Amino acid sequence: MTKNIGILNSVKPRIKEIRLSLYLLSRNRLTRLSLVVVILLILVAIVSPYIVPYPEHIETEANPRDKLLPPSGKYVFGTDELGRDIFSRVLYGTRISLQTALVAVGLALVIGIPLGAVAGATGGIVDEIIMRITDIFLSFPPLLLAIAIAAFLGPSLENAMIAIAISWWPWYTRIIRGQAVSIRERQFVKAARAIGTSPVRIIFGHTVPNCIAPVIVQASMDIGGVILTIASLSFLGLGAQAPTPEWGLMVSTSRNYFLNAWWYSIFPGLAIFVTVLVFNLLGDGMREILDPKTRKI
Amino acid sequence: MGGYFEIKNLKVDFKTFDGGKNVINIDNLSLDKGETFGIVGESGAGKTVLALAILRLLFSPPAFVRDGSILFEGEELLKKTERDMQKIRGRRISMIFQDPMSTLNPVFTVGEQIVRVLRSKNRVSRKKAVKEALEMIDMVKLPDAGRIMNKYPHELSGGQRQRIVIAIALSCGAEMLIADEPTRNLDVTIQAGILKLIAELQKELGVTVLFIANNLGLVSATCEKIAILHSGRIVETGTVREVLKDPRHPYTRTLINAIPKNRGQRVNVEKVSFKEDKSVCEGWCRYYSRCTEKQDICRMQGPVLRPVGGMHMTACHLALKGGGIGGKGNIEG
Repeated sequence: MTKNIGILNSVKPRIKEIRLSLYLLSRNRLTRLSLVVVILLILVAIVSPYIVPYPEHIETEANPRDKLLPPSGKYVFGTDELGRDIFSRVLYGTRISLQTALVAVGLALVIGIPLGAVAGATGGIVDEIIMRITDIFLSFPPLLLAIAIAAFLGPSLENAMIAIAISWWPWYTRIIRGQAVSIRERQFVKAARAIGTSPVRIIFGHTVPNCIAPVIVQASMDIGGVILTIASLSFLGLGAQAPTPEWGLMVSTSRNYFLNAWWYSIFPGLAIFVTVLVFNLLGDGMREILDPKTRKI
Repeated sequence: MGGYFEIKNLKVDFKTFDGGKNVINIDNLSLDKGETFGIVGESGAGKTVLALAILRLLFSPPAFVRDGSILFEGEELLKKTERDMQKIRGRRISMIFQDPMSTLNPVFTVGEQIVRVLRSKNRVSRKKAVKEALEMIDMVKLPDAGRIMNKYPHELSGGQRQRIVIAIALSCGAEMLIADEPTRNLDVTIQAGILKLIAELQKELGVTVLFIANNLGLVSATCEKIAILHSGRIVETGTVREVLKDPRHPYTRTLINAIPKNRGQRVNVEKVSFKEDKSVCEGWCRYYSRCTEKQDICRMQGPVLRPVGGMHMTACHLALKGGGIGGKGNIEG
């Protein structure tokens, strides 16, 4: 009886917390708006292959008769130089951008968090080595480093993700490390050591959970930046390749038709703009609720 | 003497910017299995350092164990590898820290924390660990274990938290418990509850307890034997009765006089030496600067622990001369 209650209740506090966070998030009007748009974007990303009006236009199919048509009832955002529906492609582009951004940030977190936690929790020479390597990476402008790595690996969307992850992890390492150093001196870490917890367990069971919050905020704010970077890389020809409906790539190709077909560059550009903006706004909102100093209850 | 747990000739130094400082220098301390041994001293006397040294948890630098041996059931702890020590900590020797407010990880529920410890020590299923955790919470006399399980540390009171900490410390079947001022920051009624709990658990589970406190009153209530620690050295040791009835060291008398008594008596301020320790020259009695009864001999050689009858030993030159100069400490009742 008691046992069952224990197991059942163990889920409850988490849900309570999530609900509280959502409530706090939705209190700021701008944050609420961005939250709605982000959720919308995620939905679009999930269902886009099934809802777009011209699924066949997403990849290769050419339709020369309808090329470079202005927005109309048939083609909401107009068509491109191959007669493909830009609306379908922009919608599908959401999926690509969010996916690559999430993977790139996730990869950066996977590299950055353990390194930072180990550096901060261990200290001494290990800390020194990890943080100096981090400094080397930080000394390059992130976009430049990403361009260099993407160029080195060869142009493709996967390589662009790897390039972004490599140029992004040092930021997370730094944040985690700073937190981890302060956690190291906390009593509960000493207590954990006193009952024989192994260093690895202390790092992943105590250090990481206690300093993850600022990294989550940073990561959610970075998603906007990463989407922008992917678009930049694609624009430069170092990211997504030809038939892929990637926003940056679409903007890049549209340059040739810019004077005659404004809709071709405007809509993918708007998509980038809106997505980056809402993710940044949401990130700001999250920082506000996760930092008790700026939280207003 | 049993020799279940023995410290011999332990010297711990702190090496800092301006040279080394000896913070622990204990010739002999031994515990029998199942007894409660109290260590008393004011803050800065080296109590916590001693506890951490036993579990080899001191950070070095700055702390270095210069010399000595710590024997636990005949095993030399100072020669163990870090890996072996991890097996001893928790499973055989466990520790409770002084501040229950910060000993628990704030991001997990207390139940989760007990379960984790249980699962990391013996590979059991989550379900079984949850059941065991509930039993542990029952064991430390917290009502409604199922509800407590899902509380975060900040939702519990200091006393409740300290009980959880005790549950965690004992959850791995430790035979020896180092309790480092377990009742600090708790108010007196809660203190009494925790002390009673430790005493009961000790009887039930037969654990040996090394009880560290800065208050002679607490120790006299729970321990059989005590040692008075001053500036890293034991200045007086014996059974509680011997030491409290017939304190031979001026420092012990200061500690006794500092306890507020019942019956409307105020703390005997004149007899309490509040003064800070001033550093004294090497080879002097370490208590020299504060001692109210100091004599020339105290400057010539440092006193060593010498028996004064029974198990009672004290490190004071004056204690030997005609059984305690300056009268007995007035502890009554």
